[in-house]
Amino acid sequence: MFFYLLRRLLYAVPIALSVSLVCFLLVHIAPGDPVNAIVPADAPAAVVEQIRREYGLDKPLPVQFVLWLWHVLQGDLGRSLATGRSVSEDLYAAVGNTLMLALAAAGIGFLAGTAFGTLAAAFRGTWVDKLAVAFASAGVSVPHYWLGMVMVVVFSVMLNALPAMGAGPGGSASWAWDWQHIQFLVLPALTLSVIPMGIVTRAVRGTVVEILNQDFITTLRGKGLRRGGVVRHVVKNAAPSVLAIMGLQLGYLMGGSILVETVFSWPGTGFLLNSAIFQRDIPVLQGTILVLALFFVVLNLAVDLLQTALDPRIRRT
Amino acid sequence: MSASPAPLVHVRDLEVRFVSRDATVHAVNGVDFDLAQGESLCILGESGSGKSVTLRALMRLNPPRRTVLKGTLRVAGRDVIGASEAAMADLRGSSVAMIFQEPMTALDPVFTIGRQITETVIRHEGVGRAAAEARALELLELVQIPSAKRRLAAYPHELSGGLRQRAMIAIALSCRPKLLLADEPTTALDATVQIQILLLLRQLQQELGMGVIFVTHDLGVAGEIADRIAVMYAGRFIEEGPTEALMRGPLHPYAQGLLGATVHAGLRGQRLTTIPGAPPNLERLPQGCAFAPRCAFAAEECLAAVPSRRSPEPGRAARCVRVPDLALHAAA
Repeated sequence: MFFYLLRRLLYAVPIALSVSLVCFLLVHIAPGDPVNAIVPADAPAAVVEQIRREYGLDKPLPVQFVLWLWHVLQGDLGRSLATGRSVSEDLYAAVGNTLMLALAAAGIGFLAGTAFGTLAAAFRGTWVDKLAVAFASAGVSVPHYWLGMVMVVVFSVMLNALPAMGAGPGGSASWAWDWQHIQFLVLPALTLSVIPMGIVTRAVRGTVVEILNQDFITTLRGKGLRRGGVVRHVVKNAAPSVLAIMGLQLGYLMGGSILVETVFSWPGTGFLLNSAIFQRDIPVLQGTILVLALFFVVLNLAVDLLQTALDPRIRRT
Repeated sequence: MSASPAPLVHVRDLEVRFVSRDATVHAVNGVDFDLAQGESLCILGESGSGKSVTLRALMRLNPPRRTVLKGTLRVAGRDVIGASEAAMADLRGSSVAMIFQEPMTALDPVFTIGRQITETVIRHEGVGRAAAEARALELLELVQIPSAKRRLAAYPHELSGGLRQRAMIAIALSCRPKLLLADEPTTALDATVQIQILLLLRQLQQELGMGVIFVTHDLGVAGEIADRIAVMYAGRFIEEGPTEALMRGPLHPYAQGLLGATVHAGLRGQRLTTIPGAPPNLERLPQGCAFAPRCAFAAEECLAAVPSRRSPEPGRAARCVRVPDLALHAAA
């Protein structure tokens, strides 16, 4: 098990490296000279030349990459072109906010999805099953920025029950776990939880139905195990594939909340990315994408290790 | 027939139907038999004859929502058809246990062998984990698994087919059942391993004094282990009798056909016979003898009604109009 862990960790290194290479190349993939993104189009040639040197853009690409990587490893992601502030500081606050939102949404979505999926599988073929499947399909299909706006209209405008935007009285700077602040989390988290809820419902239903149809379930009943005893076996068998899907979904939640964060003005990475895109703020884009991509890598690694711990058949391969 | 007042298994007019929206499948259509303590019965038949369904009905293990059971069914003194689900769960694994055909899929792949034995022991005997583990080790030794201690921590995929089936048997025996049901326990195994498993089962049955009901389509297996054989066709016992007698001289044309279609030493050099046609559709059973459409001796009265049980000599019976009924079994 220890060597497996070590090997998996080593596998993650080249993945992380290629991710950072792609992020780095982002500047060069974008059309035109990266300098054009920094200086106005009518700037004098001497200024352009000076900027080029300052940013190290006159050196060969591999050298630039190594330099950039060296800075990244020290936690230096450069300065925002729009605000001149340190990218890592802005990103640190944004990642914290997004993580909070993503975890809240994942908590709601995974719990509800697991409950609906299990119910649907236990009562497969009945109206309970059909209702859960319909609910799941709706959750996956509804555009969530639209749902967000509808939620705002219903809960903020019509019912005046919950705040429509922002992250609380002190903005993104201060956060506390009291209702004053949590109420700002409710609508975006609910909106964001709808897709993972639908996907997890379908995954759990499918996996559990498949397991319930297997021969060993009859063996377990034949041993006289009560419902609880059988459920323990179903859970351990279903966990690896359901966990894999949850891990991916959590990854999407980290990066995929651009629209929802924009609708609710939630000061997270999505919000940051959105403004960076419109301002062509390449250092912010680079840094944000890099951090989100690394989150994905770490999540996948964690899910793989969990799966291995749960399913003995994976270990030997 | 056993003269003991309370047989281990008592089955009368057992009917099993599977109901779905599209069709009703008449899987078992009136089965009667008794099994005494320590006796072994083999139910012989081809796929779809209702033999596995009958076996599972004894533990009420058929899919609960689709299955309709009718008749009288008593196992180890308890009513099976009317019992609550909780009462059935208490009976399963303790008084009655089952071995399945495919040990790879019948064992949970993500739990160790040891765990799958101990959970049964803990469930029925209310002992602690340590005692259950000691019992599990004993059981693996009883079914002759080498290096038993190490195998307790093994997962099913780490064992060979033969060892897996031995582990399956160990699970079934974990609470010293009075009745062991075996659903084609050797079909999924290599020929050499089949013999070992059969010998083991035979030996365990004699040592532990269990009643055993075996389901198979393999005549060789039937002859190896059973005191009595019942031949099943379209959900009915069409013939039953002591193993020796039935193998030597089957009464029912279907049983004759089945024996004629099997390779055994007595037939060296002769051509194997086949039974023409196919088994009936269990959604629409014929009114009379279900074998009549395939039977070379079918007469008009075969088509009119299902032939009654006729017994030409004590302990033997067949549902065929050509068998003389000397009514000797009425005295037993």
